[in-house]
Amino acid sequence: MTWADTMGIVLRARISTWWIIMRIALEERLVYRGDFALGTLMRFLPIITQIFLWTAIFATIGGGQIKDFTIHTMISYYLLTMLSRAFSSMPGLASGIALQVRNGEIKKFLIQPIDLVGFLLLNRIAHKLVYYTVALMPFALVFWLCGGYFSDHFKSAGVDWPSATRLVVFVLSLVCGFLLGFFLEMCIGLISFWFLDVTSLLFIYMLMNFFLSGHMFPLDLLPETAFTIVNWLPLKYLAYFPAAIFLGLVPETELWIQLGIEIVWVFVFILASRVMLARGLRRYSGFGG
Amino acid sequence: MAEADKSDELAAAVRPDYWRVFLTFARNSLVRDMTFRVNFILQCLTSLSWMVMNIGFYLVVFQFTKEIGVDSGWMRYEFFVFLATTWLINSLVKAFFMPNAQEFSELIRTGNLDFALVKPIDTQFLISFQKIDWSAMSNFFMGIILLVFSLWKLDHLFELHPVVYFLYPLYVICGCLIMYSVMISLSATSIWLGRNQTLYDFWFYLTNFSRYPMEIYWRSWGWSLWGVFTFLVPVLVVVNVPARLLAKPLAPRHSWEFWLTGFALLATVLSLWISRAIFQRALLSYRSASS
Repeated sequence: MTWADTMGIVLRARISTWWIIMRIALEERLVYRGDFALGTLMRFLPIITQIFLWTAIFATIGGGQIKDFTIHTMISYYLLTMLSRAFSSMPGLASGIALQVRNGEIKKFLIQPIDLVGFLLLNRIAHKLVYYTVALMPFALVFWLCGGYFSDHFKSAGVDWPSATRLVVFVLSLVCGFLLGFFLEMCIGLISFWFLDVTSLLFIYMLMNFFLSGHMFPLDLLPETAFTIVNWLPLKYLAYFPAAIFLGLVPETELWIQLGIEIVWVFVFILASRVMLARGLRRYSGFGG
Repeated sequence: MAEADKSDELAAAVRPDYWRVFLTFARNSLVRDMTFRVNFILQCLTSLSWMVMNIGFYLVVFQFTKEIGVDSGWMRYEFFVFLATTWLINSLVKAFFMPNAQEFSELIRTGNLDFALVKPIDTQFLISFQKIDWSAMSNFFMGIILLVFSLWKLDHLFELHPVVYFLYPLYVICGCLIMYSVMISLSATSIWLGRNQTLYDFWFYLTNFSRYPMEIYWRSWGWSLWGVFTFLVPVLVVVNVPARLLAKPLAPRHSWEFWLTGFALLATVLSLWISRAIFQRALLSYRSASS
């Protein structure tokens, strides 16, 4: 047997393992359908209050601008962050890992020829795929209903609708947002090898994420110095960045550079999670069955 | 006759003293919280940091505007009174009801609700008060501090009508009861849905509507939202009524505000009553999961 044949067999075995993991995750996701569908629809509620809140605020200042934002920009921004969050948010990932470390379930990855990180990544991809299928319709509906905000934004800001390049970078930034969110939260979950309970840590991460990723409000509204600092943190790629690209808040010349920085961050956290897993497992001791 | 008297007496003898049971729950929860003291302190700190973020957002907002809504009167410190009221109500709900509602869905899923059903005590009471999250009370104190600070900034602190000092706590409690009703109704639905992990999310999203002054909904189709969340699921009156009492006591009163205050009381009673009905209806559909 040649080397290529062996590799082919190994690869085929790998792929069939991945496929099975994905299928299990898909089916698992569909067990509690009512719960899941409800949860998906629910995510659209906060945007409604945001629209009303900001409409009231912009009405108070006489319909002008806040920094570079008109009301149309603001609402388009919130809609887009919802989309970026659909990629980057990882509910239950870190706490799931912490739980597995604490109750010893993580042992199974030590004896099975399955990689923990890869397994969880596939799982997450499957979950996200189900989510997008379910969420596609409501997302399309909401964007269609609010389409006027987008066209008004592009009209009033004098910016063109996103060019092809911009759209490509936008899609890439969403995918990278998914990876960054995954590996960042993976690292936080893996801290549980050192501190058994990461609930508080996770909560603080969640807060920082909410505030500094641009999920709560556009980062441009922060005071100058704060904005400069936050601009260098990886959190902004989880919500702010894709939205800013789409709305034309990131200049055309900076698009690829910014995306490059995001990819570097992704690799930093991939590496960190690998190192932490290896070191963590060395510390870890499992007892019983 | 004598037989009936006897059975009444017997019933009275075994009827639990609800207040004492509640105190026992409270004590047990406190003991449990104090067993892991560092954890307790961490929990307090994390929920405090949430409030810092929260107020941070509004500080950012008030950098750019004087008021939320044209002539609504919700300027910086009036709005902070509103925010403090939100914190007070949410912290009470979080301390007393939230852990129990979450536990309830879990009890249904695992079939452990059987144990609650066979105890000689009202099931809704047992389910609702078993656990108290004392760390949530740190938010309560933060709420008080923000409230006093904002009132002092508004020069309202000692100038309020004496009745307001009595009405405000009353309406805060009413607010908590409305929130409780919404929550227990929601968690009762997990009997039908099988599992309700999204319960917390749903509750959060629903009560999200209560976090802002109702004036912001007074435009175009916002009116229908206002109607739904005032009359159907009355979460809008939860914070708005008490906050209004404190924040704008000197502003001339509109007649609708009196109606609203009266309506809040009615809404509290009705939502408690309806949620009780939903809870008991849901229990009838319960099929044990295990054994």
